[in-house]
Amino acid sequence: MSEILEERHTIALLVDNEPGVLARVIGLFSGRGYNIESLTVSEVDTIKGYSRITIVTSGTEMVIQQIKALLNRLVPVHEVHDLSIEGPHLERELALIKVVNTGEQRIEAMRIADMFRARAIDSTLTSFVFEVTGSPRKVNAFIELMGGLGDIEVCRGGVVAIARGSEIELDTPN
Amino acid sequence: MRNAEYQTRKPEDCMSGAAIIVKALQDQGVEVIFGYPGGAVLPLYDELFKTNNLRHILVRHEQAAVHAAEGYARSTGKPGVVLVTSGPGATNAVTGLTDALMDSIPIVCLTGQVPTHLIGTDAFQEADTTGITRACTKHNYLVKKSEDLADVMHEAFYVAGNGRPGPVVIDLPKDILFEEGPYFTLENKRPCAYKPQIMEDQQQIEKAVKLLADAEQPIIYGGGGLINSGTRASQLLREFADLTGYPVTLTLMGLGAFPASNKHFLGMLGMHGTYEANLAMHQCDVMFNIGARFDDRVTGRIKDFSPNSTKIHVDIDPSSINKNVKVDLPIIGDAALILEQMIRVWKEKGYKRNDGMLSEWWQKIEVWRDKKCLDFKQDSKIIKPQYAIRRLFEKTQKTDAYITTEVGQHQMWAAQYYGFEQPNRWMTSGGLGTMGYGLPAAMGVQIAHPDALVIDIAGEASILMNIQELSTISQYNLPVKAFIVNNQWMGMVRQWQELNHGSRYSQSYTESLPDFVKLADSFGGTGMVAETVDQLDSVIDAMLKTEGFFLADIRVAKEENCFPMIPSGAAHNEMILGLGDSLESPTTTKAGMALV
Repeated sequence: MSEILEERHTIALLVDNEPGVLARVIGLFSGRGYNIESLTVSEVDTIKGYSRITIVTSGTEMVIQQIKALLNRLVPVHEVHDLSIEGPHLERELALIKVVNTGEQRIEAMRIADMFRARAIDSTLTSFVFEVTGSPRKVNAFIELMGGLGDIEVCRGGVVAIARGSEIELDTPN
Repeated sequence: MRNAEYQTRKPEDCMSGAAIIVKALQDQGVEVIFGYPGGAVLPLYDELFKTNNLRHILVRHEQAAVHAAEGYARSTGKPGVVLVTSGPGATNAVTGLTDALMDSIPIVCLTGQVPTHLIGTDAFQEADTTGITRACTKHNYLVKKSEDLADVMHEAFYVAGNGRPGPVVIDLPKDILFEEGPYFTLENKRPCAYKPQIMEDQQQIEKAVKLLADAEQPIIYGGGGLINSGTRASQLLREFADLTGYPVTLTLMGLGAFPASNKHFLGMLGMHGTYEANLAMHQCDVMFNIGARFDDRVTGRIKDFSPNSTKIHVDIDPSSINKNVKVDLPIIGDAALILEQMIRVWKEKGYKRNDGMLSEWWQKIEVWRDKKCLDFKQDSKIIKPQYAIRRLFEKTQKTDAYITTEVGQHQMWAAQYYGFEQPNRWMTSGGLGTMGYGLPAAMGVQIAHPDALVIDIAGEASILMNIQELSTISQYNLPVKAFIVNNQWMGMVRQWQELNHGSRYSQSYTESLPDFVKLADSFGGTGMVAETVDQLDSVIDAMLKTEGFFLADIRVAKEENCFPMIPSGAAHNEMILGLGDSLESPTTTKAGMALV
């Protein structure tokens, strides 16, 4: 049955940047038992006061449809775009990974970081902090590799996403 | 803020926050507020003291204020307005707000709050009202600047009443009530961010009409959306049923949207719906859901819900579509507007009522009807609850009465045995199932319709949950009638314990009930008891003749169960008509036991 297939969707919202708006969005997910895999939020228009929220969630088609309808119903939410079905889009994530190791493993870590275009932004004689950006898959792969080269601490920024092409999808209205 | 126009507009006047609120209420056409004062809202009460145009009804508990406002709203179609203080005032209102959210009732609830500089300090009577009510309101506001106040007031009414209606809370810090701010009129308010989505897709409507026209076993399944849409929706539904000749069933919230006496009406559907309505739902080939939400009380086991039908769903709220039941043809819009277009399309395309084709379907329905699933035997001196409500109906049906209920068996019996001919006459707590709803709701209805006959069909357990409102009823001389179907049990709890828990009646019996006659007397009303069948009519007559408020204590058969019933977790075709009934699976399954 295709109905019980869970799909991963990336949803972009344009919301009023006002107190409580994030709580409304999150409350909707927690109150109805939906998943949030990743959530990023930041103001995108300081003059007009808009924030953009990117949510990665997974669920059946019916659940995803519900989530979008419920998000649309919130008063401070202006736009809801399901980037996963609206066409090709880009997803990027920033992560900081601290890896603690010495000797040969240190050299290997640098080599792999180079391949992933990760930058070492902090270093001691026994550790690095790498900054890596890329698709969630690339970041996953990098973290997995680093995990084999020492003790690691991971901080991920969550997915930000935008549609490809010349169309401006989430315009900030006046 | 973002809007250039909004920044440059000229306020009508400058005044205190409290005055802005009162002015906004008046501009919104508000006539009545249900409330209870307290420290945080004193400036607003001071302002109310100075005005003559707003009537304030002093309740005895904030929950009752919201239920009264719900009764007012549901019987008039206008939003109900509530005013409570901070902290306990706001938390007491939460049950009412949740009730209004579940049943889509437009409410604007003003809550007091500690002054802005004390917010977050655990100040006296502080509660995080916007935090607490976020999940039980359609939207809420915390007003932190007096220049926002007028806009928020107007916007709150817009949000409460447009799209799918619901409760809106405005949290008002005390300093904002004192502070001077600009007043903007309704015409001059900031543009509202809230825009209900409507997709009245003409093609979808045409498709829907075609589906219905081609149907061999159609059914119209209407809900509370018809009531919220206004009386026109009910007229149009009648017209559509006449035009098509199709059977109509209604949900608990929809009762009154189609006349109970109409021969097309199959009665209520769902857990305690009629046999004919549920079986027609089960066997239909095209289902036309207008303004209902496939609630679990209606659908029974989802997997086997109306398995062979093509489903059309009209709802004003896109999130109702495909929530519980996957539908084939969704239409997002207002019930009356959609019905109007459907009727137009039906006529334009020249579809004809085909009684010949329908006769087979109606014959089937008549066979189900012949089961007479609502029959009961009044064969002893003890009053059957069904008989009591049937008699009440027979004696009041010509008086255009307004009926509210509490929650439980009596509520279902009222839905089954009281026939509603018009919308807005039936006020009940459907979604949340709030015991204690009926008496305050009746108060609100009576305020809106001072000369009407307003009856709370109550259970003795439920009515005690908000019995303090007798004091309000007494203060305002409201001639509310409470018709207490008294079986000394929490009847529905007892019934479920009997059916699902081996008759172990854990905590469902009320030991020390009050003497309702003395209770009525102590608040300045009248009370009477009917203990046997021959006393019933005279008590009803006395109740209808009495000018003031009246408590009728109707002692009914104690262990009567409410049937027919779809056991929880069962499907529409697995109804029990009564105990000892031999339908396929009369017992509740294990999975069903876990359901409520």
